[in-house]
Amino acid sequence: MTTADTTRPATRARRLRRPKGLTAHIILMLAVLISVFPFAWTIVMATNTTQEIYKSPPKLTFGTHLLENIRHVLNTIDFFGSMLNTVMVACVTTALVLFIDSLAAFTFAKFDFPGRKVLFGTLLLFMMLPLQLAILPQFILMSKIGWVGMLKALALPSLANAFGIFWLHQYIQNGVPDELLDAARIDGAGFFRQYWNIALPMIRPALSFLAIYAFVNCWNDYIWPLVVLTNPDHVTLQVELAQLNVGHTTDYSMVMAGVLMAALPLVVVFSIFARGFIAGATEGAVQGS
Amino acid sequence: MLSYWRQYLAISPFYLIFIAFSFFPVFYSLYLAFQRWDGMGTMQFVGLQQFRFLWSDPVFWLSIRNTLVIWVLSTVPTLFGALVLATLLHSVRRFKGFYRIALYVPNVTSIVAVAIFFGAVFSNNFGLVNAILGTVGISPVPWLSNPWLIKVVIALLMTWMWTGYNMIIYLAGLQAIPTSIYEAAKMDGAGPVRTFFQITVPIMRPIILFTVIISTINGLQSFSEPQVLFANNAANANLGGPGQAGLTTLLYFYQSAFLNNDYGYGAAIVWAFFVLILVLVAINWRITRGGRKS
Repeated sequence: MTTADTTRPATRARRLRRPKGLTAHIILMLAVLISVFPFAWTIVMATNTTQEIYKSPPKLTFGTHLLENIRHVLNTIDFFGSMLNTVMVACVTTALVLFIDSLAAFTFAKFDFPGRKVLFGTLLLFMMLPLQLAILPQFILMSKIGWVGMLKALALPSLANAFGIFWLHQYIQNGVPDELLDAARIDGAGFFRQYWNIALPMIRPALSFLAIYAFVNCWNDYIWPLVVLTNPDHVTLQVELAQLNVGHTTDYSMVMAGVLMAALPLVVVFSIFARGFIAGATEGAVQGS
Repeated sequence: MLSYWRQYLAISPFYLIFIAFSFFPVFYSLYLAFQRWDGMGTMQFVGLQQFRFLWSDPVFWLSIRNTLVIWVLSTVPTLFGALVLATLLHSVRRFKGFYRIALYVPNVTSIVAVAIFFGAVFSNNFGLVNAILGTVGISPVPWLSNPWLIKVVIALLMTWMWTGYNMIIYLAGLQAIPTSIYEAAKMDGAGPVRTFFQITVPIMRPIILFTVIISTINGLQSFSEPQVLFANNAANANLGGPGQAGLTTLLYFYQSAFLNNDYGYGAAIVWAFFVLILVLVAINWRITRGGRKS
């Protein structure tokens, strides 16, 4: 088909356009199926008993054992406790990241001060470094100040989000006009008023993207909580979920019910904000390249 | 200097945390790499001894090999698939928003959940994949015990998670290409495959470079996938599943530093690993950019 295409004149290509669009839809639909399949199969597993899934051929339809599996999860791990921990840490981290990052980004974007270039350059350089380089000393630091096993140890390192500053910086540079800040200055607005009353409301889309980004990252983080949360009472959902998978004989239906319960809140949040989030991610990607 | 106190105050929360939890730790871990320390007793300076041991440590090299194989097995299909999907998505008019969201959703799910899911589906005895193979008469495949198949499963997992993310980035790049170029190509009689390789790929080269770098940095850092997949072996001192075929370098770092309490060696591993990332990023940079010049 392609060789014919290249040799025939344009009329032939035009006639082929319709089927081509259909092929594109078919391939995209197949990709969507693959991308969504794990969610569907998780539900299938979570609503059946493990025996039904283990059968050959396996049961491919939704079953009626969801409540039983959920009860089983709740008896095995402290689901709501770890969920509460995760929600708390994720909310606090997100709020603080937004404040700290936007304040710094605003300062970098709109003010000149000695050392600005060097400070911003260091930040960009460190954005490239793999975070794992810092994990071991971070852990030592936490044990020195006696925070190992505590939830505050979880939030603290992620508050300095270099990517967030870089991203908001780009946005503020283009999105907040200097004239507006000058006008505010003439009216007697101080530094903080310019930030809070003028810049912040104007960068709301960028902030909401960063909020979801920070929240999702915090929610899904695994290696740092695994390392630092040694106290079983202060474990996050991801660590607890991984615990569910450890055992002599894995009850997959129960485990998948846990996976489902843990994924649900995030999927709901994501589907509400998906459009804005993806638009924001795209914008950042193009500017970042 | 004094008149700028507001600016310095505004950036200080960030820099205080940044210095305490990023800047200082990175250099401290370099310092640790030259010490022998179990985290409790006194630190002992041993010079390059940790690195010399690293150089002759077969497990370290095994972990490097595993990481590289998994990285190649996942990055190539991820980026190629993402580019193809982005091109297709760019060409269609309807359901654009739906496709974008449905294909992006894997990226916001947690690695832990996905790893558990893949573990269940590829389970040697009872997994869905083997059950389906069984119905057409193929005997069970040892997905989670064969050293190669272990890597394939981990790579599949990463491909599933990251294709949509890269697709979104490519789509943004495609939308910036003027349509007149494509119309001209069509006038010259170029088919979709030729257009893709001779127009789309060359124009997108800077964005492809960006995704290659990001994928290298991300892909080499695989940790959670094998850690969760083979969690059943946690009682076993050796992580990474049967034959340690899923032991990535970061997992080996975790094992050395946090399970064996060998802080100095852990720091040496993670720094050697960082050098490897730098080398690979540099190589990728040259390959992806070099093609444009010639």
